[in-house]
Amino acid sequence: MLLEVEDLHVEFRTRDGVARVLNGVSYRVSAGETLAVLGESGSGKSVTAHAIMGILDTPPAFVTRGSVRFHGEELLSASAERRRSVRAEGVAMIFQDALSALNPVFTVGFQIEEQLRVRRGMSRAEARARAIELLDLVRIPAARQRVREYPHQFSGGMRQRAMIAMSLALDPEVLIADEPTTALDVTVQAQIMDLLAEIQRERQMGLVLITHDLGVVAEVADRIVVMYAGRIVEQADTVSLFRSPGHPYTAALMRSLPRLDSKGTALETIRGLPPSLLRIPSGCPFHPRCPRAEDVCVSDVPGAVRLGFGRTSACHFAEEVVGGFGG
Amino acid sequence: MVSVAELLEVRDLVKHFPVTRGVAFRRTVGQVRAVDGVSFTLGAGETLGVVGESGCGKSTLAQVLMRLEPPTSGAALFEGAPMFDLRGAALRRWRRDMQIVLQDPYTSLNPRMTVGDIVGEPFEIHPEVAPRSSRAGRVRELLDVVGLNPEHINRYPHQFSGGQRQRIGIARALALRPKVIVCDEPVSALDVSIQAQVMNLLGELQAEFGLSYIFIAHDLSVVRHLSDRVAVMYLGKIVEIGTAEQIYRHPTHPYTQALLSAVPVADPGLRGRRDVIRLSGDVPSPVNPPSGCRFRTRCWKAQDVCATEEPALVTRVGGHPSACHFAEERSVVP
Repeated sequence: MLLEVEDLHVEFRTRDGVARVLNGVSYRVSAGETLAVLGESGSGKSVTAHAIMGILDTPPAFVTRGSVRFHGEELLSASAERRRSVRAEGVAMIFQDALSALNPVFTVGFQIEEQLRVRRGMSRAEARARAIELLDLVRIPAARQRVREYPHQFSGGMRQRAMIAMSLALDPEVLIADEPTTALDVTVQAQIMDLLAEIQRERQMGLVLITHDLGVVAEVADRIVVMYAGRIVEQADTVSLFRSPGHPYTAALMRSLPRLDSKGTALETIRGLPPSLLRIPSGCPFHPRCPRAEDVCVSDVPGAVRLGFGRTSACHFAEEVVGGFGG
Repeated sequence: MVSVAELLEVRDLVKHFPVTRGVAFRRTVGQVRAVDGVSFTLGAGETLGVVGESGCGKSTLAQVLMRLEPPTSGAALFEGAPMFDLRGAALRRWRRDMQIVLQDPYTSLNPRMTVGDIVGEPFEIHPEVAPRSSRAGRVRELLDVVGLNPEHINRYPHQFSGGQRQRIGIARALALRPKVIVCDEPVSALDVSIQAQVMNLLGELQAEFGLSYIFIAHDLSVVRHLSDRVAVMYLGKIVEIGTAEQIYRHPTHPYTQALLSAVPVADPGLRGRRDVIRLSGDVPSPVNPPSGCRFRTRCWKAQDVCATEEPALVTRVGGHPSACHFAEERSVVP
């Protein structure tokens, strides 16, 4: 297995108390696979990625339990030097906001070349040539000139392309893309998603796509994990999940989506708010908002119920939910 | 909903921002053509959706309509009165009728004011709407109307979630009983589950108070859900306008078609089977827009005439106006 996260627990020790941000997150990514991590803000989808990359801010964040393995090698206990080399060449990450992820005082070319010179021992000229190739690969027009420009001279879509080029420089086996198109317009979003899908297919990379957009997920993901309050509430292949969601949260999320093909009167909503991670509800964390919650949901944390091949749902009534498309 | 009497009529609205060079000897070296000749009407109780990508001028349009920025040229009639010419008492009276809800619920509320002060502030400026003695009661009512607990009147914005803050912004906009609310990306900062709540609230308030909305957003599904009519903007111009049904079911402008087809659809069964139009490149700079049709640099239908002649926004096919020399219907939404 390329990348495995198992039973990951992360807490943020803040002045207001301990926020339990991840409460046992497990997922796997294999080569050539696109895994979508779906969730709303505060669900822990980015924190999981940061823990994998080893870029959590400690303090306040502490990994209290769990395991992150790359080709079976435990990363959480690895030396800082080893983690740095995995981060560069094994698992790369791109971020939502390319403008703040790129350094404004260096040219785009320099930022790509730096890793090639340090990690691959290339000369300036070799690194420059490779940087131009990479910018070409992500379809930046006039790459030979653009390589000398600064991030602010690029448009939003081009910055995101430059960041993708940078992340690919050392041929990573896994790419984690954290909301890569959320800040972009739809026509540019479509270009970037096409590009990512194409590169992923050619290189047989594992792609972890972190997003809140059900539409993007439906278009590119092979498998989906749905996160809520630092837990994975459901995981399934894309087709099954959209056909019959197995968790009331997933089902409600789908019904609350406005659609292009119809003008509705009222959207179905999920009542209330996502819980504060300082005070996660007892039992199932979704129970205060769940339309079918019963006493058992308040008292017992639901385990992952198997729903056929490769599908699980953390709901006491998972089988009924998946059967009835409802929650 | 189609109304006979138009509440607001905007004619050929233009807003250019000068681009300047130099500090001591400032000189204008160009113009950002943010809004460049926009005309539309809005009826009572109607919602006009305005969609477009970043930089198309939709937020500048909102600023000019609110008279937060003076227009470069053009006119707007509000209930028949030229609203850009209003001064003094008439201007203050008009400001009650038109209010705005802003995008970012984190920066559009003053963190040092209580919710009661924020929602009640309009009454300080327009005391005739609510005498001082009744204000606290009015604010409580408003909080209740937007689905907030009236007991929280003394709390501060940071004690609320994003969706709740957006409700505070809506309550503030409602305070003076406006006729029109300009909503500038009111739900784009919110999570999906919260977005639905706020959209439903906007729908309920419209039914209850007979409000008209100018609903500006980049999310085409959100606009579809709330709008009676829709205007599509590109580089400062409306390229197509019609009923929601006409725009979404029978778009005739290539840009509208590309925009609609680029929206990811939450149905994996349609993967690879949809008619997806991929545009190349980015939106050109509004400082130096392309000659003729502004979309021609990204358009697959562009011919020589597109570079020389600007297409007028008129009805060529399909019963609604579209600014394309080669307008033809193409259904792209599955």
